[in-house]
Amino acid sequence: MSLSLDEVRKVAHLARIQLTPEEEEKFAGQLNSILDYVEQLRELDVEGVEPTTRAIDVSNVMREDVREVYGDREAILSGAPDRDESFFKVPKILSE
Amino acid sequence: MAVKPARYNETAREHSITMTTAAPAKTQYEAVIGLETHCQLNTATKIFSPSSTEFGAEPNTHIDPICVGMPGTLPVLNRKVLESAVKMGLALNCAIAPYSKFDRKQYFYPDLPKNYQISQYDLPIAEHGHLTIEIVDKQGVPTQKTIGVTRLHMEEDAGKLVHAGADRLAGSAYSLVDYNRAGVPLLEIVSEPDIRTGVEAAEYARELRRIVRYLGIGDGNMQEGSLRCDVNISVRPVGQKEFGTKVEIKNMNSFSAIQRAIDYEIERQIAAIETGNDTIRQETRLWEEGSQRTISMRSKEGSSDYRYFPEPDLTPIEVSVEQRDAWGAELPELPAAKRDRYQTELGLSAYDANILVDDRANAEYFEAAVAAGAPPKLAANWVMGDIAAYIKTEKLAIADLPFTPTNLAELIALIEDGTISGKIAKDLLPDLLAQGGSPKVIVEERGLVQISDTGAIEAIIQEILDANAGQLEQYRAGKTKLKGFFVGQVMKATQGKADPKLTNQLLTRMLDGNP
Repeated sequence: MSLSLDEVRKVAHLARIQLTPEEEEKFAGQLNSILDYVEQLRELDVEGVEPTTRAIDVSNVMREDVREVYGDREAILSGAPDRDESFFKVPKILSE
Repeated sequence: MAVKPARYNETAREHSITMTTAAPAKTQYEAVIGLETHCQLNTATKIFSPSSTEFGAEPNTHIDPICVGMPGTLPVLNRKVLESAVKMGLALNCAIAPYSKFDRKQYFYPDLPKNYQISQYDLPIAEHGHLTIEIVDKQGVPTQKTIGVTRLHMEEDAGKLVHAGADRLAGSAYSLVDYNRAGVPLLEIVSEPDIRTGVEAAEYARELRRIVRYLGIGDGNMQEGSLRCDVNISVRPVGQKEFGTKVEIKNMNSFSAIQRAIDYEIERQIAAIETGNDTIRQETRLWEEGSQRTISMRSKEGSSDYRYFPEPDLTPIEVSVEQRDAWGAELPELPAAKRDRYQTELGLSAYDANILVDDRANAEYFEAAVAAGAPPKLAANWVMGDIAAYIKTEKLAIADLPFTPTNLAELIALIEDGTISGKIAKDLLPDLLAQGGSPKVIVEERGLVQISDTGAIEAIIQEILDANAGQLEQYRAGKTKLKGFFVGQVMKATQGKADPKLTNQLLTRMLDGNP
């Protein structure tokens, strides 16, 4: 398993992380060693084994459609880096 | 029933030069269209948290740590959302998945507080369905077409961005975000590429709205954004198997806009192929209502790589056969079935059936009147005519009308058996609509019973002829349009109660001096 530098850049871009060329090299190495480690799982014969999507075998955990007002809206608003009264304020996202 | 694909030939660009040699055969094109529809559900609370879903509240009032994605919070599925999804799936003739799950769809956008949307990827709640639309042409001829539904899944809505400074083009330095809508439950419904025209696409969307409203799971309001349609469209020469390059169109906020956007785009794509002046790129285009055209939107950077993976915070969903059937048993008769029944069993025209069925409350009012004994066609005329006009002007819901379907059936019976004339019925209607009550009792109370006794009417006519000897003479001398005057006199003398048909008949005979 070998992750190319281009793939590292793509993953970084998708995660919105900026990497220096040195970091790209460094993380390519680290990511590859993680992937190689996980790769060992391929040695197992999983023929006929259902994929496991969760650790605990529980289904249908649901709630009733009943309203509850969260009591501390202000805490959520004030936790943001920036706000404009009751709006969250974010950098402009439309690029022309 | 299959319909022939509509064909777009390019008559507009036919050569005007007349040549005796064989002209090259015109290429005919067909469009291949699929719709992706997002439909908001009308649950009281969000899909994974107990905040209100109410529309139009102050910004960021219906927020909580779950829907804004605070670390360490745990989403829990709203049972009502699952019920609505299963019912919609059944209404669309889908197979309901016995085992289904949620996944995370990752992308960055400020309206998405968690940086991922909880959606369903490879195991949607419903798949492999279809719905049948009916298009009635100007001659009243109905054509049915079945459109496949690929899949239906549950997901959460995103918040809303407000661009500070009214002018988008001027470009403001920041945007404002309101998360009231974040976490509102949505059903995403994906059609097969079975649609061929703008008319079919608009009708498909209308039918989805009707079904949502019949099920009572949403309001399907396009203007408010509770029903949103994205269109995928390509054109190809008729007969070609491969699809052309697909373009996505967004931003239509009415059914007619869907139709117009598609018609525009079909023409644009054909012209691009024919002239080569424009290229068809795989891209997203926006419908501009002002200029009535589609414009290219900058393609999303990095294409879509959503890196879906199973949502670890939610358990899988298992819908038992018993549960599915119990919800299925709660489905009302759906629009397509009603349209068929109104035409085949009740003998209504396709046009009338489509109008009545469009709104469930109207259809139910109509059916109740028929159940109370009203002939279907007559009941349909009243419901679509005077009653529809009244509830429109008064801004009432038909279900709240004091004039009940039973009252309507009684009124129709009074006209049919000749107790009152249609004219008297129309005169009475405003009072009846406003106050309700038994038309029979009111007719008797007000002494409006129609005079249908030949002898009685003859006696009245005779009095009038005697009192108006001059006019009678002129009439007999050839001024036959004076007949209207005599009809008026009879109606005046009887306060409109004389049977109009009989009056007319008797009057003609007596004016002409026949015994």
